[in-house]
Amino acid sequence: MDVLFDIFGSANFWAAAIRIATPLIFGVLGALICERAGVLNLGIEGIFVAGAMAGWLAVYLGAGLWGGVLVAALTGAAFGLLHAFLTVVLGLSQHVSGIGITLLATSASYFTYRTALPDVSSPPRIVPFQSLDLAGLSDLPFFGPVLFSQTALTWLALLLVALVAFVLYRTPLGLSIRAVGDNPASVEAQGLSVIGLRIGAVVVGSALMALGGAFLTMSAFDAFFFGMVNGRGWICIALVVFASWQPGKALLGALLFGAFDAFQIRLQAEIGQVVPGQVFLMLPYLLSILALVLVARKADYPRALLQPWTKGQRH
Amino acid sequence: MTSHTPLLSLTDITKRFGTLIANNAISLDLHQGEILALLGENGAGKTTLMNILFGHYVQDEGTVRVAAGGDVMTTLPPGSPGAALAAGIGMVHQHFTLAENLSGLDNIRLGTEPLLSFGRRHAARAKVEKIITESGLDVDLDRRVDGLTVGEKQRVEILKALYRDARVLILDEPTAVLTPQEAEGLFAVLRRLAANGLGVIFISHKLGEVLAVSHRIMVLRAGEQAGELVTAQADRRAIADLMVGKAVAEVTRTPGARGRALVEFQSVSLGKPGHRAALHGVSFDLRAGEVVGLAGVSGNGQSAIAALISGLAVPDSGTMRLYGDPVTRADPRRLVAAGVARMPEDRQHDGVVGTMSVADNIAIEEVRSPGFSRYGFIDAKAIRARATAAIAAYDVRCPGPDAEARLLSGGNVQKLILARVLERAPRVILANQPTRGLDIGAQAEVHRRIIAARDRGAAVLVISEDLDELFALSDRFLVIHAGEITDAGPAETLDRATVGLLMAGQTHTPETLAS
Ligand SMILES: Nc1ncnc2c1ncn2[C@@H]1O[C@H](COP(=O)(O)OP(=O)(O)OP(=O)(O)O)[C@@H](O)[C@H]1O
Ligand SMILES: [Mg+2]
Repeated sequence: MDVLFDIFGSANFWAAAIRIATPLIFGVLGALICERAGVLNLGIEGIFVAGAMAGWLAVYLGAGLWGGVLVAALTGAAFGLLHAFLTVVLGLSQHVSGIGITLLATSASYFTYRTALPDVSSPPRIVPFQSLDLAGLSDLPFFGPVLFSQTALTWLALLLVALVAFVLYRTPLGLSIRAVGDNPASVEAQGLSVIGLRIGAVVVGSALMALGGAFLTMSAFDAFFFGMVNGRGWICIALVVFASWQPGKALLGALLFGAFDAFQIRLQAEIGQVVPGQVFLMLPYLLSILALVLVARKADYPRALLQPWTKGQRH
Repeated sequence: MTSHTPLLSLTDITKRFGTLIANNAISLDLHQGEILALLGENGAGKTTLMNILFGHYVQDEGTVRVAAGGDVMTTLPPGSPGAALAAGIGMVHQHFTLAENLSGLDNIRLGTEPLLSFGRRHAARAKVEKIITESGLDVDLDRRVDGLTVGEKQRVEILKALYRDARVLILDEPTAVLTPQEAEGLFAVLRRLAANGLGVIFISHKLGEVLAVSHRIMVLRAGEQAGELVTAQADRRAIADLMVGKAVAEVTRTPGARGRALVEFQSVSLGKPGHRAALHGVSFDLRAGEVVGLAGVSGNGQSAIAALISGLAVPDSGTMRLYGDPVTRADPRRLVAAGVARMPEDRQHDGVVGTMSVADNIAIEEVRSPGFSRYGFIDAKAIRARATAAIAAYDVRCPGPDAEARLLSGGNVQKLILARVLERAPRVILANQPTRGLDIGAQAEVHRRIIAARDRGAAVLVISEDLDELFALSDRFLVIHAGEITDAGPAETLDRATVGLLMAGQTHTPETLAS
């Protein structure tokens, strides 16, 4: 019991939870926007990789950190545009296209990395985002180290949660996105463009996914490794369901996952001699499956998810 | 009342789907204050014409023009619902176009405000509420649409058009899903709107309401303009002749031979107690060689009865017997094998798989039986042969057995279902809203087939809101209200007023009160 107290009582633990959650927040928001408009984007895993690589490379080649963030977002948007062209314009299978994008984006990133840096053996480093200490607030007890040890990208992620929620629920744009994911005919009959809305949502959503990747190379670490995304994209796909496609719950889900992950690292250090380490690595995934089982049965799916739309067709 | 320039003018509209000509050089004018009824058989091209007018479909030839003030008319760009809306055209589609996850108010606002603005909800609500007061189209604006009744959804659809200051209102089969009372309410609204200068086009298969509400009638037949009538000078015969090109034969019903009970309900309850659509201890039977009409306003427990007879549910309490044996397991396949035929209420959704071929849809309930499969494998050749024969026998109008079912018009989907269920000579038939949305020719055909099945000895339960239909078919009436069933007795002893009162929940009919 003491072990648990020690872990949950430490500011360090909560700071780590938020740090682990940050890329997931970007990813889950991106996936949420795509799916709210009716498009599943399984390209997410590859877009994470591409965002991680492109952002890092831009900075390594001399761009500023925010320039790197912009490059990452544009890279994500480009893959999003491809996915949208295949699934929204041509109406092809969203699963097949998404997996294809993941394979393409991953290998294209590795290829670019290798050709841009043919001679390096150990991954070169950049100077990443530093923690954002607002007016010395990090000296506050407990909350100081938890919140003000975070970088600007984490704050951006939190800001985006509020922004996405606001757009989705308080603006006509959000209304149209929710409608197009439920019944495209409702949007078309009100004079809006189903195709336009869906392309826009997929492009913006994919840009956010890429920011999740960029966080890994520009904030959590300072270099790019192969395999560093390590399934985070897939976790986001599950978290969207867990969150019932709501930004607030998406934040909660990402934080929960971050907490589990931070918890297992610490628990492993405490009682790792008794239980094999793989069990701990499994823990967050196991818990997310469990959470899905409990939540997903009642999930309020966007009804038109996965359904292509063609003008002038009977549906 | 009518000014010289029309509100709306279609000229020589032609639309082809592959080799099929859905509209052939159709022209039409609509004036201010006018209610124009558009009639025609299923698949005649009514919806297609309206979809072109509204910009959902792009015509192959012809133009749509709308009044732009004075004597000027401007041509609408093809394929742009946005342009049609801006020109004051509002459309209530045959299948609702509402986002079910949004409230009624949000559905009405959709597409009317700049995408990146906010804080306009209040003004929107005020305007909608004003329209509601003026038109009498009452709805709960804050409720999510998936929680609204069909009638309420339709009112939201009309409000959508009025909110955009529509000058032309198109309604595609608005009454197909309404109860008679709701339809009356709708007509009152339409008359008021027309009196205020709106032009209305409405599509319907119910000649009675067409004669009662419209000023002018236009008839389409197989994509051609068959003719126009002034309603005041028209009667049912004249319209039917124009629509079908020949007189529609009346269905005659000879007294049947009532046999033993094939289905028995004994104090059956199903669903949440106290809920309107749940069943509360109902008892009745269906006998061989008899058509039983189940009258009632929809949502009073009909779906529960349909679910029980189709094997989708078993009673919470009480027993349902089939051929004397209690049914204890929800197993639709066993019921189908035992000779229960089902014509579902929502035939597009529950009756066919839209993306599968007509042939596969005909075979779908019986793929395991010999004749459709051999050694456990599907026998595609046999299925196609059976389908080709069924298409001819039941006059299913479609390009062929390989056509996708979703492309069929409503009437033809129903004929497809008839072909599927009647071909195997079922002993029990559940006909749930069998002719909803069907044209008069198809209606007569469905009725003829149902009566023929009864004469062959089948027990038939017809669920319908349409009293004309029930009186045409039924030997005996059951009336359902709030989950309870009243046996109203043989059809000969009943009249519409009595059944109507029972439907409204009055168990004391005028006669019993008098005695
Ligand atoms: N998008 C489409 N693709 C192919 N064929 C179509 C399409 N839309 C309609 N059709 C065909 O065009 C014809 C006219 O259909 P339409 O829906 O206009 O008939 P309708 O008069 O409205 O019939 P109903 O009374 O059943 O509603 C039908 O044969 C239909 O199968
Ligand atoms: Mg139609």
